Amino acid sequence: MHEMSLAEGIRQIVDDQAKAHGFSAVRVLRLEIGRFAGVEKEALAFCFDVVMRGGPAEGAILEMIDLPGRAMCCDCSTEVEIADRLDPCPLCGGGRLVPVAGDEMRVKDMEVV
Amino acid sequence: MCTVCGCGEDRLAGPGHEHGHDHHHHGHSHAHLHFGTGAAGVSVGDMSQARLIEIETDILAKNDAHALGNRRVLRALGAYAVNLVSSPGSGKTTLLVKTIGMMGDSPLAVIEGDQQTENDADRIRATGAPAVQVNTGKGCHLDGHMVGHAMDHLNLKPGSFLFIENVGNLVCPAAFDLGEDAKVAILSVTEGEDKPLKYPDMFTAAKLAILNKVDLAPYTDADLDAYEANLRRVNPLIEILRVSARTGEGMEAWVRWLKSRHAAKTLAKAG
Ligand SMILES: Nc1nc2c(ncn2[C@@H]2O[C@H](COP(=O)(O)OP(=O)(O)OP(=O)(O)O)[C@@H](O)[C@H]2O)c(=O)[nH]1
Ligand SMILES: [Mg+2]
Ligand SMILES: [Zn+2]
Repeated sequence: MHEMSLAEGIRQIVDDQAKAHGFSAVRVLRLEIGRFAGVEKEALAFCFDVVMRGGPAEGAILEMIDLPGRAMCCDCSTEVEIADRLDPCPLCGGGRLVPVAGDEMRVKDMEVV
Repeated sequence: MCTVCGCGEDRLAGPGHEHGHDHHHHGHSHAHLHFGTGAAGVSVGDMSQARLIEIETDILAKNDAHALGNRRVLRALGAYAVNLVSSPGSGKTTLLVKTIGMMGDSPLAVIEGDQQTENDADRIRATGAPAVQVNTGKGCHLDGHMVGHAMDHLNLKPGSFLFIENVGNLVCPAAFDLGEDAKVAILSVTEGEDKPLKYPDMFTAAKLAILNKVDLAPYTDADLDAYEANLRRVNPLIEILRVSARTGEGMEAWVRWLKSRHAAKTLAKAG
């Protein structure tokens, strides 16, 4: 997967924010990760530790908050929450669902000093 | 020069083009400062000047900014871009070579993404079409930044088709917007009917799936209807074409699809 690229994206955000807000260290960095984002969390945590070396977030605690997966059911035209990408509609049992949320990959906030 | 980052960086393959990749971008993210409050608006207990900065920025925000820049350039040119994604060897380059021969006098250009080698760009150039090879090295996907640079090198003609052949990989390219108008997923009939179920993201992101190598179907146990059913299960809205880039079967329908999409984009722009 592309966890390395994701970690590099986070590093860029951290460096930009450090420049803009003049902090020296990040203690905690919180991510929001959608259920369907396809992020391998352990791999991302590993890459995070490697990529943050030598920067303000070296040694920071990485927290990942799960966001639910949501899809629009083509059969009953309702937006529903599903746990797995291929789950049937919990309301009507239909199998034709178009994902509408759950692919988020965001830096939510950071605790800095 | 990179239009978004202004970095003048270049990671295109070819003589004199092999220098490194040093990022020095500037941020566009918006942050709000909240001194002395924790995540839920609670006061941070210890007053050792720890503070919470709300970021709310997509991890791939920088890529998306590059993709948006590319999309603007394409729109201004009246060009239509497809991002061809598939596992390695499903026939992307073969399909492109065949397509180029059928496009008549439509201006077109190709960006080839591979980890290594100039092979695919050479195959495209042999048809007479302009092509730029992007070597991603260890990278498992093209990103918006690489494609922006490649576009600068192509001098796209107004009204062009731009074909972007992504790195053969059914996972990572799904997450990286390049600024294309449509992702087209190619799935060859020898890969197994369950591939859409195993790699749903790619087929969810695609507007069109090309079921390629249908000439081989009689020699394998490939069940084309099962392929289609699984594609529709992960993406009820996906369009599907059965094609053989070898025999040419289904190729006219693919070329018609391209031309009608291009025409629809041009109309939408005019209207
Ligand atoms: N029988 C048959 N073979 C095909 C067809 N399309 C491509 N091939 C063969 O499949 C092999 C791989 O084709 P390529 O066009 O190189 O595939 P690709 O997707 O560009 O591969 P990468 O760029 O390495 O990911 C070649 O041997 C092609 O000749 C087809 O429609 N039928
Ligand atoms: Mg190829
Ligand atoms: Zn339903």
